[in-house]
Amino acid sequence: MTFDQILFYVFSFWFIVASLAMIFSRNAAKAVLFLILSFFSAAGIWILLEAEFLAIILILVYVGAVMVLFLFVIKMLNIDKSTLRARFTGYLPLGLIVAVIIVFEMAMVLGYNQFGLDVVVAPVKHTADYSNITILALQLYTDYIYSFELAAVLLLIAIIAAITLVHRKRINCKNQSIVDQIKVQAKDRVRLVSISSKNKENK
Amino acid sequence: MTEIWQWIHELLPWFDGIVASIAIILIKAIALVMPLMLVVAYFTYAERKIIGYMQLRIGPNRVGPKGWLQPIADALKLMTKEIIFPSKANIYLFLLAPVLAIAPAITIWAVIPFDEGIYVANLDISLLYVLAIGSVGVYGIILAGWASNSKYPLLGALRSASLMVSYEIVIGFALITVVMIAGSVNLNDIVMAQKGGLLNWYFIPLFPMMIIFLISALVETNRAPFDVVEGESEIVGGTHVEYSGMAFAVFFLAEYANMIFMAVLAVILFFGGWHSPFEGISYLEAGFAWVPGIIWLLAKSSFFMFLYLWVRATLPRFRYDQIMRLSWKVFLPWTIVWIFVVALMTQFKIGPWF
Repeated sequence: MTFDQILFYVFSFWFIVASLAMIFSRNAAKAVLFLILSFFSAAGIWILLEAEFLAIILILVYVGAVMVLFLFVIKMLNIDKSTLRARFTGYLPLGLIVAVIIVFEMAMVLGYNQFGLDVVVAPVKHTADYSNITILALQLYTDYIYSFELAAVLLLIAIIAAITLVHRKRINCKNQSIVDQIKVQAKDRVRLVSISSKNKENK
Repeated sequence: MTEIWQWIHELLPWFDGIVASIAIILIKAIALVMPLMLVVAYFTYAERKIIGYMQLRIGPNRVGPKGWLQPIADALKLMTKEIIFPSKANIYLFLLAPVLAIAPAITIWAVIPFDEGIYVANLDISLLYVLAIGSVGVYGIILAGWASNSKYPLLGALRSASLMVSYEIVIGFALITVVMIAGSVNLNDIVMAQKGGLLNWYFIPLFPMMIIFLISALVETNRAPFDVVEGESEIVGGTHVEYSGMAFAVFFLAEYANMIFMAVLAVILFFGGWHSPFEGISYLEAGFAWVPGIIWLLAKSSFFMFLYLWVRATLPRFRYDQIMRLSWKVFLPWTIVWIFVVALMTQFKIGPWF
């Protein structure tokens, strides 16, 4: 077994363990932490596949930003477990049907007969000067430029939509204008008055 | 070098292959981390001393000559203090939090080039690695706040999480301009692209980005005037309220290691890394040719480390909403405008930078 293979099995082991722990843990914050561990293991496997740009972006975007916001929301939520379990039996049949369908579909696509060296050819190792980021950029900005730009515009629209849904002018609410606060000068706030003191002599 | 290798090989025949490479990585890591921790220790001493002089005080001067042994005394004190666990705290996460704070703060140093060919790892994507590992550091603070099961740490952690996420975007955009000029995300190549004298350093074409980067670095490291995460006067001590002894010291180490890192990164990205400022000036270049590059790098970064302390002693704390406004309404538009400016400069080849 080569060093790469040992690393692959270590990462895969922790990937599977962390994913299972994420599903089975009862504490939402711990579940998020296990999800982060599984992201890290996935990033390790991607680096072994010479896709280092994707691995770093996975950590940067998902671990560094998305999961932080997940933890943020979980800390603010007051999760009451009794209300979550209240209609458990009512939802059980429908949930079971959906779960069985999903498992069946995934088995069709991700079954053992879809993988293996006889189905997918083993990836060729590149030389040391192979740059994943250059190849990816060339693909994105030449062959897939329209889909790339479309995706960007779609995300922009989603951002604008989310902001317009939340952002509204509040009435009956005191607001601060930070621009006015910054522009304020000493003479706007402080008035120096010279008062003539009358009896200076008798202190 | 090869003689040393042969000598080692004769002495220890089994020292080869994976064992040797792992041992070399370990030696490199130790050679990096030990001086780093020493610098961190004496940076805290410098901080107390410099801020002391700025406020017309003397600062620590009791332990050892002129107080030079003060950091060692502090370290001994912190190590012997008891770690108190809050009774309703989540013990595992409570102990995991300082580890998650210090681990990225040290790991991030792996890609820093100190001189031509002196680094632990020469990654192709080292700038992205810096961004990715830097974004992981926030978990230490968030978990510390959440696991303490106390209200002030939680408030501090919430502030920290939102600040970090906002300012990472600003830093990311500011670094994109550097990548556009250098044409590489490898820190080594970025420094090499700034070779050839003071005028080739990137702080000239990217002056606004340099300012934005330095200010954002203050936010990312939770330093004054943006230290709302700790905010003594508002939320007692923020995320560190429930921590004592070595558990607190680890957070402290992580914060200072991050500060030093940000200073070094600023030098590498905008101030020519290990290159001498006298390059291209005939007499001065020859006169200072004997100075190794690592000295220049450290000298330049010491100035930015001093800047942290200077700013801390000078400015009052920002209000939380003003920091948020600064990020989203001031810095982000500026960075996006400057990306276009840099794109134009690259297109029309203005200046010696492209």
